[in-house]
Amino acid sequence: MSIKIEHLNYVYSQGTAYEKQALKDICLEIPHGEFVGIIGHTGSGKSTLIQHLNGLIKATDGELYYNGENIYSGNYNMKELRNQVGLVFQYPEHQLFEVDVLSDVCFGPKNQGLSKEECEERAKEALRLVGLKEKYYKFSPFELSGGQKRRAAIAGVLAMRPKVLILDEPTAGLDPKGRDEILDQIAYLHRESDMTVILVSHSMEDIAKYADRIVVMNQGQVMFNSTPKEVFSHYRELEEVGLAAPQVTYIMHELAEKGFDVNTGATTVKEAADSIMEVLGND
Amino acid sequence: MERMVQTEDLIFEYAKRDEEGNVIGAYRAIDQVNLEVEEGQFIAILGHNGSGKSTLAKHINAILVPTEGAVWVGGRNTSDARELWNVRQSAGMVFQNPDNQIIGTVVEEDVGFGPENLGVPTDDIWKRVEESLKAVGMISYRHHSPNKLSGGQKQRVAIAGVIAMRPKCIVLDEPTAMLDPNGRKEVLRTVEELRKREKVTVILITHYMEEVIDADRVFVMDHGHVVMEGTPREIFSQMDMLKRYRLDVPQVTILADELRKRGLDIPAGILRKEELVEAICRLR
Repeated sequence: MSIKIEHLNYVYSQGTAYEKQALKDICLEIPHGEFVGIIGHTGSGKSTLIQHLNGLIKATDGELYYNGENIYSGNYNMKELRNQVGLVFQYPEHQLFEVDVLSDVCFGPKNQGLSKEECEERAKEALRLVGLKEKYYKFSPFELSGGQKRRAAIAGVLAMRPKVLILDEPTAGLDPKGRDEILDQIAYLHRESDMTVILVSHSMEDIAKYADRIVVMNQGQVMFNSTPKEVFSHYRELEEVGLAAPQVTYIMHELAEKGFDVNTGATTVKEAADSIMEVLGND
Repeated sequence: MERMVQTEDLIFEYAKRDEEGNVIGAYRAIDQVNLEVEEGQFIAILGHNGSGKSTLAKHINAILVPTEGAVWVGGRNTSDARELWNVRQSAGMVFQNPDNQIIGTVVEEDVGFGPENLGVPTDDIWKRVEESLKAVGMISYRHHSPNKLSGGQKQRVAIAGVIAMRPKCIVLDEPTAMLDPNGRKEVLRTVEELRKREKVTVILITHYMEEVIDADRVFVMDHGHVVMEGTPREIFSQMDMLKRYRLDVPQVTILADELRKRGLDIPAGILRKEELVEAICRLR
């Protein structure tokens, strides 16, 4: 069970004056059950890449295998792929359209051909998972706050019970608490259901906190593909391509420069605090 | 110092309407807000989604006018319809999504749109366009199409468009929410420059706590009220209170706090990396 990308290229507007190669020779494997973070500057190809994963964009050339099957082979069941690989776009709340929240979340399972009862059951389960209380079920989606709308939209994808959940900047514009709540909830889902999660984010701190592995995109290519510790150790190279390391990583490097024997690979507050205490705590 | 913005018992209510458009109630988004901003200050407004931040911001250039109370911008009452254009000229606004505020097909035309609407003579417009693009570091892109720019570059063009109107005050409503780390840095550096060089008053609304550590004053909003007010250090040393308002503190401050909890002698209110590194060095 995995996603495997082999030598994938994608060219926008091929053959016109606006031709632009968005993805160049991407090779990537995402095993089932992993929590993968994707980072990269604006225009680096992140969003183009993830839209390949459920077949919304077809590669100009190269192959993409889902569970060992080539999704570009003639008789591949694209609809089934989209049932299994759920994609939450940027600002997904712009896609809410139904008369009330519950109906909106039912839309996905309804299109999967489930009965009304099953749809509602799944929708309610998804809404519980994202922490949206029952009193909102009959609200118009447009009466909700920004954070609530975002949750309703994510629930709409979860209700389809995807095996792979892809989120494109799910917390942009949310307040800090809303951001933590949504990411904690996704991390919980990932732990409990062994769903693969692919998170695209501009927050290095969030990526460091949640991802097992980080893929760094730069100008349509994979620049790094490794653990947070390994990726953020290249912080100077990351800065050159418009990215950064989490704040705590910088502090650890500065402390090391001052002669402290701290772990410069720390990428979260906990790791940093543990390492500093180890060096200083016993005095 | 002169007063740039003042709100006096400001109340704003959105009308709730039924399907036929009849008013069936009111939702109070701003409730009795009094705040003062001096000319040249850098003010930050924090608050969770729905706390009233953006509604407040829209009062500063008269996109909204008070239901009750008053807002004064550069000494002008925003409720006075005759002052509308003067108010809008003295306070410019930059929004979250750069794609929603760029209208020109060429960068320099987009920047010239504002002054053109003010009736500025053509020669002057070009002068202003040039100055504004220089101020945000985008002059080499003047003949480019805005579509081909990165998010941070687009936001800087949007800021140039506002500066070209020579406002005394700029209100930025989550200008970095959609940007990558570099884009965020570019925009913040630009804002900082404007403040220092052009002495523009800056009012920044954001969800990134790191962006407000250089502010002169921070206001925290909740349910339409201003619930906290102070310097960044005063505000961020009250972590529990901020959490209650769905906010946070910079990651450096969290780490400093964690180390203090574990018994290290680290002072409260640390906001910058250098401060924490220094505090730790002192423990050696």
